[in-house]
Amino acid sequence: MDYETLKLIWWLLVGVLLVGFAIMDGHDMGMGVLLPFVGKTDLERRAVINTVAPHWDGNQVWFITAGGAIFAAWPLVYATAFSGFYWAMMAALWALFFRPVGFDYRSKIKNPTWRNTWDWGLFIGGAVPPIIFGVAFGNLLLGVPFHFNDLMMSTYTGSFWALLNPFALLAGVVSLAMITTQGANYLMMRTEGDIYRRVRAASLIFAALAIVTFALAGVWVANGIPGYVITSAVDPNALPDPLAKTVEVSAGAWMHNYTQYAWAKWVPIAAFAALLASIVFSRLNQAGLAFWSSSIACAGIIGTAGVSMFPFIMPSSTDPRSSLTVYDAVSSHLTLGLMLGATVIFMPLIVFYTSWAYKVMWGKVTTEYIAANDKSVY
Amino acid sequence: MLTEELVDLSRLQFAVTALYHFLFVPLTLGLAFILVIMELTYVITDRPIYKDMVRFWGRLFGINFALGVTTGITMEFQFGTNWAYYSHYVGDIFGAPLAIEGLMAFFLESTFIGLFFFGWDRLNKWQHFMVTVLMALGSNLSALWILIANGWMQNPVGAEFSFVTMRMEMTDFWAIVFNPDAQAKFVHTVSAGYVTASLFVLGISSWYLLKGRDLDFARRSFRIAAGFGFASALSVIVLGDESGYTVGEAQQTKMAAIEAMWETEPAPAAFTLFALPNQKAERNDYELQIPYVLGLIGTRSLTKELPGIKEIKEKNRARIESGIQAVVALEKLRKNRDDWAARSQFDLHKADLGFGLLLKKYTVDVSQATPEMIQKAVDDTIPKVAPLFWSFRIMVALGFAFLLLFSLALFYSVKGNFIEKKWLLRWAFWFIPMPWIAAELGWVVAEYGRQPWTIYGVLPTHLSVSNLTPANIYGSLAGFVGFYTVLLVVEMYLMTKYARQGPASLGTGKYHGEKASGGALPADAPAQKI
Repeated sequence: MDYETLKLIWWLLVGVLLVGFAIMDGHDMGMGVLLPFVGKTDLERRAVINTVAPHWDGNQVWFITAGGAIFAAWPLVYATAFSGFYWAMMAALWALFFRPVGFDYRSKIKNPTWRNTWDWGLFIGGAVPPIIFGVAFGNLLLGVPFHFNDLMMSTYTGSFWALLNPFALLAGVVSLAMITTQGANYLMMRTEGDIYRRVRAASLIFAALAIVTFALAGVWVANGIPGYVITSAVDPNALPDPLAKTVEVSAGAWMHNYTQYAWAKWVPIAAFAALLASIVFSRLNQAGLAFWSSSIACAGIIGTAGVSMFPFIMPSSTDPRSSLTVYDAVSSHLTLGLMLGATVIFMPLIVFYTSWAYKVMWGKVTTEYIAANDKSVY
Repeated sequence: MLTEELVDLSRLQFAVTALYHFLFVPLTLGLAFILVIMELTYVITDRPIYKDMVRFWGRLFGINFALGVTTGITMEFQFGTNWAYYSHYVGDIFGAPLAIEGLMAFFLESTFIGLFFFGWDRLNKWQHFMVTVLMALGSNLSALWILIANGWMQNPVGAEFSFVTMRMEMTDFWAIVFNPDAQAKFVHTVSAGYVTASLFVLGISSWYLLKGRDLDFARRSFRIAAGFGFASALSVIVLGDESGYTVGEAQQTKMAAIEAMWETEPAPAAFTLFALPNQKAERNDYELQIPYVLGLIGTRSLTKELPGIKEIKEKNRARIESGIQAVVALEKLRKNRDDWAARSQFDLHKADLGFGLLLKKYTVDVSQATPEMIQKAVDDTIPKVAPLFWSFRIMVALGFAFLLLFSLALFYSVKGNFIEKKWLLRWAFWFIPMPWIAAELGWVVAEYGRQPWTIYGVLPTHLSVSNLTPANIYGSLAGFVGFYTVLLVVEMYLMTKYARQGPASLGTGKYHGEKASGGALPADAPAQKI
């Protein structure tokens, strides 16, 4: 397979892994966001938590694998983004700390303060990472202040607080609303009674919020945010060297792909349609269809960010030629090919046994079930 | 600007978080297999006590695993956040095993651990057993890929530097996978994990036996731990010995430092049992040696020589001088790729590029390096001897102590009278923390012993860091120390609570401290139809 094709495939595959993360880890993070509000008693909260008890750990690996794949396929992106967004990454990491211990330790001690503390820990672990990843995507669209020296050492010249600008915060809300909808739709499938009614209401509210904020962000990008264009000739098969190109900031550039490629507009359209469908199916009490709709919405929203910026991954606002693109931020031909092979072999296996695990554990989790299995469930 | 303060802080943060993560890894690796053995016994004999054993030790496994997962994410983030240049420079090689680890191993382990805990009522005996096997397999495969990545840092095979992309690029994936260094490390590390878990089970079971409670449960656990522990302790010594240290140059340097061997000795070299290393004078102020032993262990021969520190340093001096040429040529090439004179100069000295980069610690313009700078760089190539010398010796002494303890435990298990041997039970109980100490020292030997490199001979540590300010690292380090302290307190509290409670924590009504009837609902009750 030639180098150009592999570079494009890896852009798609990183997208697939991020979407997989949003769908899978997203639904248990969304559970965390909703937990303190939809569970009014300890038993109710335990019922909510136990819908994901056997699965959160496997789901979290989507996140870890997406990180590993970015490291392996786009080492410069991994290096530059993680070190540049230092404090944002630390905040996401520390928020994630609350999840494994929150899940496993919460119900091991019968003390209301202890349990309530971990419930809020699960809330933090569910809410903070999606907000931060949304904010990070917002900042990618705006361009990030960094540059490389001759030896390709990157320096980030912005501050943590500069990341929290209005547009990026809006992107953070889009992300949080998307993940919470996903969590609510999942919980609709696995709960009943009062909890079900509460998560259904949440599903409707957050899907609506996602539609409004996503539309707002779209209008903002189309009218108020300059994009980036490569102004030198691009040889997609060249050895990756970001500094070999020239880049300019250009108003409306993030809309170019939608005029250039007819199919591109279907990505945001799918996002809107899927969010609407999620609302319709929630109203109709079709939890399964609502879940699949919000899953498609995750793909549509993440895909929209990717398609708008293509071929850029991480544009530099202070030294545009240092911008990272799908052509010049990538690993070697051999590594990309090898990683593709590994993905093709293992991804179907993962989907297979994950589905089996869900199938085994499927069913409504009730408060009665929790009471009867007090010592063996979370 | 990469100041020494920044580099030291970044290293400190990495060391703190890696050593902390490694408090939880060994127990996971080993306990998973002990659970497999117990559950296999259960499916074959059909005796419920073995199921209770799997569930009880499994619960302690879970408490430990939660922190393993928590602190593992830190490791993945940290290469990017704090070691950005490293990630760029070797990501093409180093990233691949990490990503494959996720795809092949971590998904497996994490998906099946959920079914392990929650699938008892929904899977038949054999299905559940398979789940446990896959979980154990996943955790050990995970260790394999991480150690392949780590082995490459010690012995960077199958890769080449490209001046266009300004990084190392993979040339031979299988050389990286079958790197002898990685293979030796894998066997040694997982065996150490098995020893840790065996001693954990052995020690806690001994405590029950000393208290005279849950005797049947504890006796069976003790026997399994004694058998598995004996095999593991043997493996960790036989397969983890210094034979791994002769495969690459990095390891030869490490070995010379571990042995405080300043001069190249005629083969076979003596093993230094005790010494007071004096790095400044490059000699030991006092030493006690056993002739021939080191040469035999290290080279498996009577005639092969092991280089001493002074000889290694002189070789390195030549490589640093050649490396200067490589760095100078590289900097020209980065400005103009078609500079053919620079190109041929670079090709000639390319192999020593990493050694030239060592001088970047002392001067931006390597071509202006003074003899004093070169001398400093040469001295840098040898890690500090005393901490390595002692870490290694304590680790080895502990290793033999484990072997002795498990031999006796196995011997009396076979004889069947270990319950009477109070001294043995006490020894096992008080020895519980020791494998952790040995494992942490092993990390120190392997990683501290690799200094001044992150990738031996390729990338110096001081160039590997992210270009941050020290204030950033002070802040994040404080955060890690704070979080990790609280988490450790919570974990230890739960671990002790459940270990003290013993199998009664399962609520089956059969164990010490439980009322024969009433009280908690039986946990084995079939799942309510829903």
